[in-house]
Amino acid sequence: MQPGLYHILFISTALFFIGVYGFLSRRNLITMLMGIELVLNSVNINFIAFNKYLWPGRMDGLFFTLFVIAIAAAEAAVAIAIIINLYRSHQSIDVEEAEALKY
Amino acid sequence: MTETLILMKSELVITLIIFILLFIKIGAGMANKNLLLLIQWLLLGNLLASFLYNEEGWLFAGMYHTGNLIAVQKSILSGAVYLIALLFTSWFKTTKHLAEFFILLLSALLGMFFLLSAGNLLMFFLGLELATIPVAALANFDIDKKRSSEAAMKMILSSVFSSGILLFGISLVYGTTGTLQLNELYQMMDGSDLQKLSFIFLIAAFGFKLSIVPFHLWTADVYEGAPTATTSFLSVVSKGAFAFVLLAVLYKVFAPMQQVWYSMIVALSAITMLTGNLFAVRQQNIKRFLAFSSIAQVGFILVGISNGSAAGISAVVFFILVYVFSNLAAFAVADAIAVQTGREKIEDYKNLYQTNPFLSWAMALALFSLAGIPPAAGFFGKLFLISAGAAEGSYLFIAFAALNMVIALYYYLRVVRCIFMDKQEMPVEKIAVPATTTFGLWICIAGIVLAGVLSWMFDFIVSISIL
Repeated sequence: MQPGLYHILFISTALFFIGVYGFLSRRNLITMLMGIELVLNSVNINFIAFNKYLWPGRMDGLFFTLFVIAIAAAEAAVAIAIIINLYRSHQSIDVEEAEALKY
Repeated sequence: MTETLILMKSELVITLIIFILLFIKIGAGMANKNLLLLIQWLLLGNLLASFLYNEEGWLFAGMYHTGNLIAVQKSILSGAVYLIALLFTSWFKTTKHLAEFFILLLSALLGMFFLLSAGNLLMFFLGLELATIPVAALANFDIDKKRSSEAAMKMILSSVFSSGILLFGISLVYGTTGTLQLNELYQMMDGSDLQKLSFIFLIAAFGFKLSIVPFHLWTADVYEGAPTATTSFLSVVSKGAFAFVLLAVLYKVFAPMQQVWYSMIVALSAITMLTGNLFAVRQQNIKRFLAFSSIAQVGFILVGISNGSAAGISAVVFFILVYVFSNLAAFAVADAIAVQTGREKIEDYKNLYQTNPFLSWAMALALFSLAGIPPAAGFFGKLFLISAGAAEGSYLFIAFAALNMVIALYYYLRVVRCIFMDKQEMPVEKIAVPATTTFGLWICIAGIVLAGVLSWMFDFIVSISIL
């Protein structure tokens, strides 16, 4: 059986919610960042699937994917720089340790 | 070619300033004092340039468009950035990396300009990322302070997460319509269930950026931990830009679904005002207090946005103009005191009037304007927002907004009472305010007093607010 649009959308939606779950449940900053990468990749799958199955004539989806990949790299670079700085000041990359600001 | 240059001039001027700062940084470098002076003049030039040669037009096959309303919105943001460069002089003089600070700040401003001018969701997304990623780096600028790095961590995680949600929404929009062009999307919106879902994702992402209530949890922490210059940028420029963009997205792209979004905006607005106000009442730290007050102000902005026609646009643009002056003045006073004495609790402001009458009056006027007390422009801003909201006919909601203004009056006046009436043993000593900060505060005071009185300002904004 050829996989259709629904199969691929199922995968991408599952990936999106796995990413959201990972972001919300993990306490390690790097793992939280990995959750966000999963979200971004599910978006990429969505765009490619829509482009291939529904709008094969319009390449907007494919180009959007390329930009998402580039922006994800930029986000990860800034986030990791901030996490390294947090590690220097707190000696830990656990979000529970960074709790000076609350209420 | 000249047409491209003229239509994109606000972006090009910002890029030019970024490059000048970059060359100064990698070249010989300059003493902080001279560099700050140069930056202030460059930003003044940028503000003045934003008033010239504003034309309407489209560029790059519909990727970019500009017009009178967008030009005015960009001028307001440029003016706010100029005021930031003036107002936080004492902090800028102590920081080691002044050039980088402004390079990042102006990159974020550039992103906001592209966001405002976006004619395509791809451009929209790129502008949004350029407007948020540098701000997270700016939040970390007090690099050896623990709280600053914690604030930056919270900021980058929430902004990256929200852009993931936004992207998922955009991908669903693309799936249902097959286009990313904003003016084509408008015709393809039919209100199907998948489009409603994508709209919920988009609103959630905007909720993060604008700190609308269920998504506001990062706001107070980031505002408190980040350097005050960054905080004021976040709370004034970034919030203003996203409010303008939300206007454009709701009124242009999602106009056919107004029934759907009206009730959502009303619900979000009510809960945002109430939560912001109730939390602001119990704050002790002045920056946290201003953070929750700005959340409550976003609730009021949403009252105006719920209108759905040109009246909503003019009310929101005018309110942001007033909000720039009032909120920046409040942050500037808080920063001047915090940098020199390290005190940022509200109770430290007791008896401030005895030692620093000018700062006290500036703070009091700013708070009056934020609370919406008549001679200050904030009153007119809120009046227009509420009358725009009332035009839709949901009077229960308007009454709720008016009640919230009463709660807001309580906590703003609490600070004013601290400054003028309460006594304490050790009031804040006399603060040496730099001349540029004084100048900036006078601009803010003039804005707070005059923007409400000079009716041509609002008339002008009304005349350009066309759907």
